[in-house]
Amino acid sequence: MLSKLKFLFKTILLTELFQGLRLTGKYFFSAKTTLQFPEETTPTSPRFRGLLALRRYPNGEERCIACKLCEAVCPALAITIEAKPRESDGARRTTLYEIDLFKCIYCGFCEESCPVDSIVLTREKHYHFTERGQQIMTKEKLLAIGDKYESEIAADKTEDAPYR
Amino acid sequence: MMNELITLIIILLKIVLIAIPLILFIAYLTYFERKIIGYMQSRIGPNRVGIYGLAQPFADILKLISKEIIIPSTSNRYLFIIAPLLALAPSLVAWSVIPFSQGKVLANINAGLLFIFAISSLSVYGILIAGWASNSKYALLGAMRSAAQTISYEIAMGFAFVGVLMASGSMNLQDIVLKQQGGVFHWFFLPLFPLFFVYWICAVAETNRAPFDVAEGESEIVAGFHVEYSGMGFALFFLAEYANMILVSTIIALFFLGGWLSPFENIPYIGVLFSWVPGFFWLFAKTSIFLFLLIWMRATFPRYRYDQIMRLGWKILIPITIVWIIVLGLAVQLKLPPWFS
Ligand code: SF4
Ligand code: SF4
Repeated sequence: MLSKLKFLFKTILLTELFQGLRLTGKYFFSAKTTLQFPEETTPTSPRFRGLLALRRYPNGEERCIACKLCEAVCPALAITIEAKPRESDGARRTTLYEIDLFKCIYCGFCEESCPVDSIVLTREKHYHFTERGQQIMTKEKLLAIGDKYESEIAADKTEDAPYR
Repeated sequence: MMNELITLIIILLKIVLIAIPLILFIAYLTYFERKIIGYMQSRIGPNRVGIYGLAQPFADILKLISKEIIIPSTSNRYLFIIAPLLALAPSLVAWSVIPFSQGKVLANINAGLLFIFAISSLSVYGILIAGWASNSKYALLGAMRSAAQTISYEIAMGFAFVGVLMASGSMNLQDIVLKQQGGVFHWFFLPLFPLFFVYWICAVAETNRAPFDVAEGESEIVAGFHVEYSGMGFALFFLAEYANMILVSTIIALFFLGGWLSPFENIPYIGVLFSWVPGFFWLFAKTSIFLFLLIWMRATFPRYRYDQIMRLGWKILIPITIVWIIVLGLAVQLKLPPWFS
């Protein structure tokens, strides 16, 4: 009986509607969370898994030793590797190293498995393809990305090192 | 002959003087709606075009004008084109009897209240015809819902108008406002409070705004009656909706909140202090409060279910108005001070 009366009062006085209005009214004056995108971007962590890249040693030698661990671990079968001894010094190197970014799920397993920290995921998340075929990242493209972001990658790696 | 021509030109000039600021107001109402709803959702709304995004409405207008007007091949071409005009025209015509200040009115007719009631009901024809002419099931459903809703709420709205008519004893909008002279406590929203409330709900329902926007119902019928319209056709419906919003807000300010009268009337000192403020400003301020409330409600309330709308209209609002009209009749007969003495 009492609950019924209470319900009746609530209905007549529209308390719940006014509560709702108060809430939205409060948010009207609250701080805004919008990011002005081209000028500002959302912060990313050192572990952010974005665009893939292949790294080099400081002397310019590519790190990858064509062990094919990344190819084996990749759950999406996105990596294709072919290897041969390099003609100049007989070192084991890849002749073909391709990642299909449409297949890649950015899981980061390749980075985990790599014994020489060659394949890494950078923080870069703004990229696009305008034509079919561009999503196949060749060795040259990946190395170029690595060169571009090397300082950032190195910094992230050192920051994350104590936890590995 | 010459005299008549001059009067005609003066009337035309007056119409332009009302219509141009009104359309500008509509344009900026869309901007403010996006801003306010954005703020209530912790966003900041449009801010790219011009400073603070102030040129956004013009960018929108340009975009809509340059878009292709698509006429569905199975539609009724003639009705399809005429429907947006039918929706917009009534909401602009009604402004002819709205007094902006003492004596500042295009047509000071004695049946102003009836005229507004009649004209504001007409706009539903635009929606109905649009829904019918589109030859699309969603458009038809939206139009049907809109028509049923408008007809149900018009009754309660009419009764609310009857209350105003009884309280003021006149159908002339100027007289209605002048009857409320004498400060805030003489305004009709106090003796007519339930009618004030009912009129506000009906006004929201009449303009097909949230929470009564089942006629659009994005989640179930796409966009309702204007689903087939593109470019300027859509823009006209949009314009009509916002023109109606401004219209109902102005009407409620005129009927219940003393129109252009200053709220500080008859208060010593403060009343004199504000006596230089033109009446138009007060009307504008009162209208803006209600427009803000409309947008605030849209940002807050979820959409009513269709049967709930019908129940609210027929079983709650109409009985309330009838009861209050009887109470009001007694109050007027007994010359209840301070309103009816
Ligand atoms: S991130 Fe995952 S899916 Fe992408 S290439 Fe590396 S292992 Fe394969
Ligand atoms: S990128 Fe790393 S894991 Fe993959 S083949 Fe080269 S060295 Fe091995």
